[in-house]
Amino acid sequence: MTKSRSGLIVVITFLLAIAAAVIAIGLGSIRISVPDILETLFHSTADNVNDTIIFNIRLPRVILALIIGANIAISGAILQAVMGNPLADPGLTGVTSGAAVFVLVIMLAKPEYTQFMPLAALIGGMLAATIVYALAWRRNGISPISIILAGVAVNALCGGVVGYLSIIYSDRLPSAVQWMNGSLAAKGNSVVSMILPYAIVGWILSFFAIRKANVIRMGDQVAANLGENVNRIRILLSILAVFLAAISVAAIGMIGFVGLIVPHMARFLVGSNYKYMMPMSMALGALVLLVADTGGRTLFSPLEIPAGILMAVIGGPYFLYLMRRSVF
Amino acid sequence: MLTVNSISIQYEQKKVINDFSFSVEEGEVVSIIGPNGSGKSTLLKSISRQIPYQSGSVELDGMNMKAMNPKQIARKLCMLSQKNQAPSDMTVYDLVSYGRYPHKRWFEKLTKDDRDIIEWAIEKTHLTDYQERTVASLSGGESQRAWIAMALAQRPQILLLDEPTTYLDISHQHEVLELVRELNEEMGMTVIMVLHDLNQAAHYSDRVIVVQSGEKAMCGTPDQVMTTEMIREVYRMDSEVMYNHAERKPRIHLLRTAR
Repeated sequence: MTKSRSGLIVVITFLLAIAAAVIAIGLGSIRISVPDILETLFHSTADNVNDTIIFNIRLPRVILALIIGANIAISGAILQAVMGNPLADPGLTGVTSGAAVFVLVIMLAKPEYTQFMPLAALIGGMLAATIVYALAWRRNGISPISIILAGVAVNALCGGVVGYLSIIYSDRLPSAVQWMNGSLAAKGNSVVSMILPYAIVGWILSFFAIRKANVIRMGDQVAANLGENVNRIRILLSILAVFLAAISVAAIGMIGFVGLIVPHMARFLVGSNYKYMMPMSMALGALVLLVADTGGRTLFSPLEIPAGILMAVIGGPYFLYLMRRSVF
Repeated sequence: MLTVNSISIQYEQKKVINDFSFSVEEGEVVSIIGPNGSGKSTLLKSISRQIPYQSGSVELDGMNMKAMNPKQIARKLCMLSQKNQAPSDMTVYDLVSYGRYPHKRWFEKLTKDDRDIIEWAIEKTHLTDYQERTVASLSGGESQRAWIAMALAQRPQILLLDEPTTYLDISHQHEVLELVRELNEEMGMTVIMVLHDLNQAAHYSDRVIVVQSGEKAMCGTPDQVMTTEMIREVYRMDSEVMYNHAERKPRIHLLRTAR
């Protein structure tokens, strides 16, 4: 894997994500051609029908898919480095469901506090991560298998709470079903403007985290030997990963597999150096989720499949394929 | 250079290292030997801060290591574990360049000087032809050399090696130990290593420390330490020891378990 080649692949993937975004804007019950999209995007005229469709419906949704795909993939990439475990991702470690439980409590029990959903998600995600670490910690570090077992336990616990909440608040449940399945439907500019500032902060921090991720992926002993405070890096990077996953959960709900599979694909394409792997995960995560969401809303039209469901349907078999190739 | 002042290490209720002291002079090669479970690796790991000690202190260049920050220590002391695994796609050159990490701040890139040091480390460990290969594709001995090269690029004054030969076949074991000796003689690098093999310890060290049940059983030059009495006492083995006083490198021939 030469460096210039890895760099080139990252750039191409970013360009692909942008191209896919332009195409996705055109797809839907009313098709808009690419020249018209570009025309509207760069020379907006308020009385245009396309203008309303693009700026109020399609563009926010496309941007949201890009942002959240990037967030979750980066989160998975960081967790995989920090936990020294190729299976670590916000879904399997329970971070996503921890965040989801807290969001769901607000959504169902205290709908008047909707503005606190990102904060609740962060608290829930941190709590789940803390439990996983506490359960998986051994005297000489974290054992990879116990991370996954602890994640199973946390996920089961959260699943129980979600089940309980949905029985208690069964009357309010329909409003939450879309969210629980990870849907980007009917999310307007307000959700985009809610998540974008947080996401940008997260991305900037992940850029600074590249070097630390590169050292900690060498293992605790090597990192310590190179003069790093391993526990401090682990905690800080974990907080960053949880933060990126939690704001995504607060915005659109649970989407699995992006955080697991995208970093694997990125590693396969550009190698395990986080200097390339991190931006690659970002670009590829954005691209993958955009494709999943656009596929979900156009393939079975007028029926709409939430991106989370489509990701699970594609992600499960891909995961099995990775196991067959014994990547783990 | 390095002084260990009566350190004690305890896991839960069990004392693993009890009131252990020794010091190492600059330019020495010191081997720590002892049976399994005697605490020799624990001792080395506590010096490198992988395992905390409950009492006592370790001084590096006259400074208490607990008062030094991790980066400061990393520039002086480097520990190489028994078994190391690099990410599967990492090349030898990339691995060795990690040795420069403690000398850089996050915004600093590798300079010409860093690259010279990396190349020097690769050359010293005879890996020049392998530098673009992945570490994972190397044999056990070669990969151990690559990790030593990384340690060299760190430019430490003290190198700690925890059973550096355990997973290697005989010729690779000697290759690694000869490299250690060469680095010591040419650069004056101080080496402290844990070894299993008594002959290797006798052959490659200036001094040998014998650990038994967490205590210092003996300490001295190989010909002082390697005696049939010591081997019977510590290892429960009968043996013959051949002394060559000109070289001070006794050869140990183990016979049978002592009754």
